[in-house]
Amino acid sequence: MVSVQSDQRDDDLAVPVAVKIVVAGGFGAGKTTLVGSVSEITPLRTEELLTAAGEEIDDIVGVEGKNTTTVALDFGRITINTELVLYLFGTPGQDRFWFMWDELASGAIGAVVLVDTRRLETGFAAIDFFERRQIPFVVAVNCFDGSYSYTEAEVRHALDVGDAVPLVLCDARDRESSKAVLVRVIEHAMSRIGVPA
Amino acid sequence: MTVHSGDWWYDEAAGPLVRPYALVSGRTRPVWGDLHLTTQVRSIRTSNDPASLSVEHTEIMKLCRKPLSVAEVAAYLHAPLVVVKVLLSDLIQRGDVITRDPSRMATAMDMNLLQKVLDGVRAI
Repeated sequence: MVSVQSDQRDDDLAVPVAVKIVVAGGFGAGKTTLVGSVSEITPLRTEELLTAAGEEIDDIVGVEGKNTTTVALDFGRITINTELVLYLFGTPGQDRFWFMWDELASGAIGAVVLVDTRRLETGFAAIDFFERRQIPFVVAVNCFDGSYSYTEAEVRHALDVGDAVPLVLCDARDRESSKAVLVRVIEHAMSRIGVPA
Repeated sequence: MTVHSGDWWYDEAAGPLVRPYALVSGRTRPVWGDLHLTTQVRSIRTSNDPASLSVEHTEIMKLCRKPLSVAEVAAYLHAPLVVVKVLLSDLIQRGDVITRDPSRMATAMDMNLLQKVLDGVRAI
C-alpha cells in the first residue's frame, strides 16, 4: 500500500507509484546491456556496503575494513507518466551476492532470466530462485552474436523449464527487442493473476 | 559510475572530504525504517528550517525536487545506500521530504496497475 508521510502542502507534490522488474542472469549475459537499451537514463550504479556475513551492517565498527564488501547494483528507469515509474534492476553477477536478490525481488512485478547460449548453465540458479518465490519470469535468450544454434525445445530441455514459462529470443542491445522482453514479462505477470499457485 | 568509495563526496565540487559515516554520525539504521530501493522520495519546496540542514541534506533536498527513488538518490550522490537512507530518514522526520512506498506485490492484486505498465512500456 502507499503511504504519504507528510502533509502535502502543494497540490503538485505528487509522488509516483514505483514498480520494478528484475533482470537476472550470469556474469556476461548482457543484463546491463538490456537495461541500458530500454532505460531513459544511462544505467545508474548504486552501492551497498555489506559485512562478510552478508547482512546489512549494524554497526560501524570495522566498516570499510576487511570484513565488509561493496555490492554494486545497476539499474535503469522508464517514466511511464507522472504517476508511475518502472525501474529495471540488474542482479549482481557474482554468486556470493545471492542474498541481495531477496531485496531486489521483493515486490517485483516480474523478472527476466537472461541467458547466453554459450553458457546456458548460468541461468539455472536464477530460474530456481524465481520459481521458488513464485515470481513470474520469462527466460530471454540473448542472441547478440547472431549465432542462435539451438531450438527452443533444446533450450527448454537444457534449462529444465516447462511450457508455462515463456521463452523469448532477444538481442539485448536492441531497444525494440528488449522492449518486447519486458512486454512479455508484464503479460506473463498479468496472466498469473487469479491463477492459484 | 565507478567512483571509489574513498573518493566519495570528493569531486570537482570540492565538497567536504570526510568518510561517509561521519556524515551520519556513525548511524547505520535509519530512524524512519521503511525505505526500499524503489521508494519514491520528493522534497517539499523549501525546508522547514533550512539553517539546521547539513550540506548533504541540502544536496538531497535539491536532488529530490523531482521525485526520485532511494536508489537514484544514492547513485547521483555516489553514496552508499545505507548512508543515503539515514540522511533521507532525517529529512522525512523533519517533514522536508515526503515519500511513497513502492507498490508491493502488485502482481497479486492489481491488474489495473499492470495494464498501465504494459501500455507504458509499449509506448516508449
